[in-house]
Amino acid sequence: MILPKAISQPINRLPLPVIQRGTKLVFNQMLRQHPTLFDRLGDHATKSFRFTPADLNLSFLIVPARRSITVSRKSARMPADASAGGPLLTLLALLEGRIDGDAMFFARSLSISGDMEAMLALRNALDDSGFDLPRDLGKAAGPFAPLVTRLAEMVRQRALVGLV
Amino acid sequence: MELICPAGTPAAYREAVDAGADAVYCGFRDETNARNFPGLNFTREELAASIAYGKARNVQTYVALNTFMRAGAERLWYKAADDAVLLGADALIVADLALMAYISETHPRQRLHVSVQASASNADAINFLVQTFGAKRLVLPRVLTVADIAALAPKVACELEVFAFGGLCVMAEGRCSLSSYATGLSPNMQGVCSPASHVRYREDGEEMVSELGGYTINRFGADEPAGYPTLCKGRFHIADDGGYAFEDPVSLDVMEHLDALRAAGVTALKIEGRQRGKAYVAEVVSRLRQALAATPEQRPALLAHLRRLSEGQRTTAGAYEKKWR
Repeated sequence: MILPKAISQPINRLPLPVIQRGTKLVFNQMLRQHPTLFDRLGDHATKSFRFTPADLNLSFLIVPARRSITVSRKSARMPADASAGGPLLTLLALLEGRIDGDAMFFARSLSISGDMEAMLALRNALDDSGFDLPRDLGKAAGPFAPLVTRLAEMVRQRALVGLV
Repeated sequence: MELICPAGTPAAYREAVDAGADAVYCGFRDETNARNFPGLNFTREELAASIAYGKARNVQTYVALNTFMRAGAERLWYKAADDAVLLGADALIVADLALMAYISETHPRQRLHVSVQASASNADAINFLVQTFGAKRLVLPRVLTVADIAALAPKVACELEVFAFGGLCVMAEGRCSLSSYATGLSPNMQGVCSPASHVRYREDGEEMVSELGGYTINRFGADEPAGYPTLCKGRFHIADDGGYAFEDPVSLDVMEHLDALRAAGVTALKIEGRQRGKAYVAEVVSRLRQALAATPEQRPALLAHLRRLSEGQRTTAGAYEKKWR
């Protein structure tokens, strides 16, 4: 499922520092809730991973060992050891382990390049991590937790139709 | 028939159990098993916790120690066997004769299953393994037709397990050197077929190019379903022709032959896929569990969806209904 333009365009128009700040907040919250997330990576934790949603003019660069995430416009072409690209909701479903990465690759819904050993290690680490975005985002939303969780669950339910 | 399900991580293990597995097979995080992939497999602690999860739900755990021991490093495999026994594995899946000998001598009460990697496909070979090492079950190589299996079953003194769904090799199990030829590493010795460290993908115009060990092994057109980057599923130029020389990118599905396999005396059906994600494990186990209880007429509808999850998005019954010479 591709993000509707009504959603992707406003996101693309946001200033990069605002997106960077929001993304970092969510990323740090996720790491707090899943402290062993990167254990399976071993030496690959020092590698850099770039994720490029096909339906947004953004790229996300993660370096697990530094616990860092950097957002840029696609045109910046941040160098990375390994990269993955696909619709945002596909990438998020993979993050949660709700769809199978190999199946998405076979269907050509997911493109990967660079250091495949590092990418495979990350895929397996994420698959075992028990991410639950609505629950995890809800925990980060303080008094708005029930609303955020319910909203995120609705989005996920719609997004997974056709993916699984 | 029992449903034997794969797990590459504790999360996949729990999904397999919850989806209806009778037994789950898995391996340690090293070269002692044939899915020695980065980020995959179990620490001793994870295996202990998973076995406990399975036992509490009446689900067995089989530990795959199904690579061939490296000369001078046998201790790694012996230690893995000792630990798996200590942790309470219900069966060990083994390919190497020397490891079978070690287990039968050191842990005579431990249930031993012969891996598909041992490539034992006739009654003499199978009965030798039963008599010599006390093997209780043998996983048949994917080289036999359903009729071959029916003829074989009454002649062997152990249970038979067959692959029912998932990845399909080129029928030279335990003996395939294609990965080794291109990368120096093989599933038989290092537990990795076409290791990720030697795989690269790149875009070339509209095409996606897959490379293994520096060799271009396939090109997929825009939107053409892709397969694993293995030499056996590469495209080759042969004389004036180009195409798949060994095998198409396709997965195994023999559920159409379920009743015939049951009648043949097969004890257990195995799902391949320890390298797959937990979503795949949950979906395939759940569908196959339903198919086992369904009528032959109901099964196609239950299983059709699984094709979308398969390599090349296609399935075949392979040698089980061999149509080639």
